[in-house]
Amino acid sequence: MAATQTILTKHETDEIDMWLKRFPEDRGQSALLAALRAVMHEDHYLSTEKMDAVADYLGLSKIAVYEVASFYSMYELEEKAAAKNTIAVCTNISCMLNGSDNIVEHIEEKLGIKMGETTPDGEFFFKIEEECLAACCGAPMMQLNHVYHENLTPEKVDELLDGVRSKASLKNKEVS
Amino acid sequence: MSNTDKQFVTITINDKEIEAVPGSMLIDVADKSDIHIPRFCYHKKLSVAANCRMCLVDVEKAPKPLPACATPVNEGMVVWTKSERALTAQKDTMEFLLINHPLDCPICDQGGECELQDLSMEFGSGTSNFHEMKRVVVDKDIGELVATEMTRCIQCTRCVRFGEEIAGMREMGATGRGDRMEIGTFVEKSLDSEISGNIIDICPVGALTAKPSRYHSRAWEMMQTPSIASHDCVGSNVKLHTFKKKLVRVIAAENEDINECWISDRDRFSYQGVYADDRVEKPMIKYNGIWKEVDWSTALDRTVEKLTEVSAKDIAVLASARATLEELYLLQKSMRSIGVANIDHRLRQVDFNDQESSGAYPSLGMKIADIENLDSILLVGSNVRKEQPMINQRIRKAALNGAKIMCVNPLELDFNYDVDAQRVSNPVEMIKTLAIIAKASYILSKTEIPAGLNDLFTSVRLNKADKVFAENLIASKNSAVFLGSISMQHPGYSTLRALSKAIAGNTGSTLAYLSGASNSAGAWLAGVVPHQKEAGQKADIIGKNAGEMLSKTKKVYMLLDLELERDSDNPQQAKAAMNQADTIIAVTPYANKTLLSLADIILPSAAYAETSGTYVNAEGTWQSFKAAAKSYGEARPAWKILRVLGNKLDVKGFDYVSSKDVRNELQGLCENVNNENPVSVEGIYTKLDDVTSQSLYRIGNVGEFSGDSLVRRATALQKSNPEQNAVQLNAKQAALLGLKDLPTVDNEHAEKEVMVDVKQGEVVVSMPLLINDNIPDKCALLASGTKSSSLLGSAFGEIEITA
Ligand code: SF4
Ligand code: FES
Ligand code: FES
Repeated sequence: MAATQTILTKHETDEIDMWLKRFPEDRGQSALLAALRAVMHEDHYLSTEKMDAVADYLGLSKIAVYEVASFYSMYELEEKAAAKNTIAVCTNISCMLNGSDNIVEHIEEKLGIKMGETTPDGEFFFKIEEECLAACCGAPMMQLNHVYHENLTPEKVDELLDGVRSKASLKNKEVS
Repeated sequence: MSNTDKQFVTITINDKEIEAVPGSMLIDVADKSDIHIPRFCYHKKLSVAANCRMCLVDVEKAPKPLPACATPVNEGMVVWTKSERALTAQKDTMEFLLINHPLDCPICDQGGECELQDLSMEFGSGTSNFHEMKRVVVDKDIGELVATEMTRCIQCTRCVRFGEEIAGMREMGATGRGDRMEIGTFVEKSLDSEISGNIIDICPVGALTAKPSRYHSRAWEMMQTPSIASHDCVGSNVKLHTFKKKLVRVIAAENEDINECWISDRDRFSYQGVYADDRVEKPMIKYNGIWKEVDWSTALDRTVEKLTEVSAKDIAVLASARATLEELYLLQKSMRSIGVANIDHRLRQVDFNDQESSGAYPSLGMKIADIENLDSILLVGSNVRKEQPMINQRIRKAALNGAKIMCVNPLELDFNYDVDAQRVSNPVEMIKTLAIIAKASYILSKTEIPAGLNDLFTSVRLNKADKVFAENLIASKNSAVFLGSISMQHPGYSTLRALSKAIAGNTGSTLAYLSGASNSAGAWLAGVVPHQKEAGQKADIIGKNAGEMLSKTKKVYMLLDLELERDSDNPQQAKAAMNQADTIIAVTPYANKTLLSLADIILPSAAYAETSGTYVNAEGTWQSFKAAAKSYGEARPAWKILRVLGNKLDVKGFDYVSSKDVRNELQGLCENVNNENPVSVEGIYTKLDDVTSQSLYRIGNVGEFSGDSLVRRATALQKSNPEQNAVQLNAKQAALLGLKDLPTVDNEHAEKEVMVDVKQGEVVVSMPLLINDNIPDKCALLASGTKSSSLLGSAFGEIEITA
């Protein structure tokens, strides 16, 4: 692609190149969702600079990237979303009927933050989930990072959150 | 044509039988038959979005109302646009559209000319079933030209489609989703497109309005006068809006043959310059270095005295090609009748060697609308996108239709379409680049090379890849070679022109000139060139050209609407000539400091929109306009000033009553003018020294908003384009000067400004430096006509830059 210099990481460009191969040459736009996913994977959110870099890399106008990025709820546009873990509790109809409000309340109490906020230690981002995640049969459910967890109870939530937290802290220890 | 050959289908709208082209959209067919269907998102020049649903109509056998903008007509279709079902659908749509629309019409600039307001009068209900909170959209500043109030947006996406389909650069978009979808730029950014202002015209509501005229007056208080834009050789049709006889706004007028329904930002917002601080109110004469206001007859008598007390050989007459045809003709006729032969309008031209070979006037050689149908185009020294945005629109259409676009320029330019072959080289090399293409055209067309070109051709080598230019042109049925304004300012213009002629001739292409000003063609036809009288007739005595008049001082200068330090190729030289002259007479709406210090008599003329007149555009169309605004103080239309001057000089046949009389006289004389551009080539005249490795070469084509006195005073446009006042180098060249980490042209939020000293001749000027990697090595882009360049020398020539 035309971009000679880019702030995209090697991992991101590799991923994008892999997708680009699947589409005709002048259809950079087709690789856009995947490109943004690659950036999300690295940064946990899409900064304007990265979106601009994706636009340049794919030969799209910047606004075309913003449009897509702001449309899908799987993309986060604010830096605060760049926590180590992302929690998304579905509050759509089936989950709501099966008690998602309690789950939300429980998480908010446990972490001391509201939906849409990030814990001060940067461990958790509690996303506002607006749409059904298509796991109604296991309602109430949440998505923790990339994994679906169904039939939630407060206990189960504790276990899951503590599980990822300890792993994260462990990792931190290894590093230091 | 009859119905049977299936060219047409017959449909019925509201019981009226209508013939229509099969496949065309219902709304189009209805429009052509004057049946009005309400709409918001539909625009005849844009793709169909069908998202507003305002155009729902009742179609027989359809289970529900259909959107007329997205319903193709079929044989036998029966449609009602005002049946109960149609009206209910339209009313309901209206209610939905108004759910989130604020009730701020009393403070909205669009009020009174708002499509939403009009249609809600027609279809809206007095009450709404929606009692919840309306949504609010937080605005972003999108620059100096377009004001936003996005809470008012009804998301028709006209502005978004305009960006993508017409401007060729997407700047507005729809971000977010559902009821939170917003139209805008998403990030804070100024619109960059040279035609961005058109979104003001197409926005059906008050979401996008003109920033400079915001809150100046209400739509119903303004008078509308059709007129012609004055900044490029297109002559876009505009409507001037005046409030209490003052020009407050300009919008596009439709003319399919010329500007379709768009205008450039320059043509839309330049009107601000009319009311600049330095307008002249009264005639003035300088006595012993002190200006005194005088009455008209004193001023004119003095002018006559000055013009008659010297020999005609010592008089130089220079005019702006933005002056009207009438003004230019009266100037020429009166001056030639007192024996003055030195008369010219080509102040930015340097190389006059082949002026005889222009024909009656350098023309487009075709109709503007025909550009769309070209299959291949070679642009030689032309930044057409900024210089003639509406011509660029046509080229863009051709490109989208598959035409091959090629160009040879002294810097890489941003086009809003794909360019198939582009050669960029410094201005001197550019001649060789073009020579290579020309040589290929001789070889490929098996034409004998004229002796005059031999030397140049033997000095260049032809590679295989260079043949593509000539090959494309030869292979195309409709092809053209465009000579742009950069070429005309080029010190080797006659050579570039000879080569362009050769290429055009050998490849069977049309030679098309894209001249600089709105009335360049008119200036030629009026005889404001030293070698031709009106209508292209040979002059009895060939006078001095603009370059000669400014390099060797004449005793008396007569200037029409000119600011020599900004309008001529070499401001230093022009000022030196003025300094030594005995008398300078200026017919001008404005008097800046330089003019006040140089001139001796100032005759205040009416500015743009304050006078009637005619412009002849590049294709040769004569477009007349009336005055729309009251002229300032005692300023008079220049044609009247010149007519009285002519009377005082006892010129015969000078008793015109209106500008129309003048036009008619000239038009009669021009009846048989041929607007074909000659393409015969004998040889070349100008040789340029190579750019030496020591120095920098200036590329000084006219800035986007610095070409004439009016646009230079248009404050919003000036603010919107700070880059044109900077000197620009590529990063490598800047590094050679020891400069690093510099702001670039496209980074509008650059925090620091880096100033450098630019030296040309003896003068050093400090100005900001920007990095632009589109500029070749050893070159610096520094636009003409700007404030900083008004102290410098020739637009193309050596300069020095020091950190
Ligand atoms: S800003 Fe105007 S033109 Fe653009 S989508 Fe909104 S209403 Fe339509
Ligand atoms: S409603 Fe929660 S997954 Fe469908
Ligand atoms: S005009 Fe037809 S849907 Fe908008």
